[in-house]
Amino acid sequence: MPSPIASLESVAVRRPGALVLRDISFRLDPGEAVGLFGANGSGKTTLLRVLATLLRPSSGSGTVFGARLGTAAVETVRPRIGLVAHEPALAPHLSLAENLQLVADLIGVERAAADRALADVGLGGAAPRLVVHCSNGMKRRAEFARILLTAPRLLLLDEAHVGLDPDAARLVAHTIETVTTAGGAVVLVSHERERAGMMIQRAVELSGGTLTAVAS
Amino acid sequence: MIRHIRILLRAHLRDERRAGEVTRVIIPFGIVALLVIPMAVGIATPLLDQIGPGMFWAVLVLFGTIVTQRQSAALGESRRDVLTLLGVDPAARFAAAALSATILLVGFAVAIAAVTILLYDPSLTGLGWLALLIPLACAGLAMVGTIAGSVAGGVGTRSSLAPLLVVPISVPILLAAAQATEGLRAGAGILRWILLLAVVDVVLAMAGVLTARPLEDS
Repeated sequence: MPSPIASLESVAVRRPGALVLRDISFRLDPGEAVGLFGANGSGKTTLLRVLATLLRPSSGSGTVFGARLGTAAVETVRPRIGLVAHEPALAPHLSLAENLQLVADLIGVERAAADRALADVGLGGAAPRLVVHCSNGMKRRAEFARILLTAPRLLLLDEAHVGLDPDAARLVAHTIETVTTAGGAVVLVSHERERAGMMIQRAVELSGGTLTAVAS
Repeated sequence: MIRHIRILLRAHLRDERRAGEVTRVIIPFGIVALLVIPMAVGIATPLLDQIGPGMFWAVLVLFGTIVTQRQSAALGESRRDVLTLLGVDPAARFAAAALSATILLVGFAVAIAAVTILLYDPSLTGLGWLALLIPLACAGLAMVGTIAGSVAGGVGTRSSLAPLLVVPISVPILLAAAQATEGLRAGAGILRWILLLAVVDVVLAMAGVLTARPLEDS
């Protein structure tokens, strides 16, 4: 059995006055695309942040790319993780091209790669447009351009397909396929089962902070 | 890390220049705040000469808090997360945000200093010292604001908690800056106040860098 990309064992996350996640055990293998479903407030985004190594579990243990959560080792694996959060991670008064070039500069990739990534998601013509003047769909596409640029092996998508036109939805599906085909893994958070169902191989459901159902 | 600071600083300043919040909103409101007092007490009064420097620093701290908090708030959770995943050290983020806020605060301070001199006509000697005093005070305020923004952001109450944290922690900076200005009014030496501000800035810089990661992990 190959080493898992991520695994959690009895993970709990407490916030003041609430237990957001409880007794979560989860394994994510190379090549897998997993749907994470659940109602609003069920803990989906919190679980995604734990998998992204951005949130330390209150109890339990876990690893991502072999790095134990809550240790300094996670810093070395973070560049292999891509996250498309519910809110776009774009500077509003920079253009789409400048946002992507910022990422390219930070990771030490040539700026032409940023321009190519924008073109690949269909935003080549809109590259000079300021983010504040872009539609939500364009911002989503720009987020996927960042994913293409950084080429993560673990891709975490938080409602990334919501509000997208059919072309952009195909882009999401294509990105998921690209990552999984290359031996990476994807977790797609959603509460739209039908739409997300076509992009995943198995589904887990969160309810009240607990993983209550697993379906293939 | 220096490369990341430079890249982020450039992006912060470009974003702010286009947003225009400091130049088009905060500077005009700061000037209005300075205008209100002469309108109330009359333009030709010795009182203005006395309170001018104090008004300058009070307006700088109060409106400067808005500048620094805007810098912290502009980097929302999603952007912070992405920067973390891209391998940007939280200390680099702190340094870039504090430097950006310092530059904006110096711009704000220069604008309101000109208005203060025009309206309050404070009798200051050794104006050249202001070229050292203002950047040192602005750097201190910027770092306090950036640290407070991180602390308040961590508990999800940035808008209400951060200004409450900034103002009391800014007191040593405000006192040193006000005392230095009084020294300039009296024609006395202000080197010790300049040194105090420099020491406070170094301490704040160290605190900001050392607490950046723990604050992010909290």
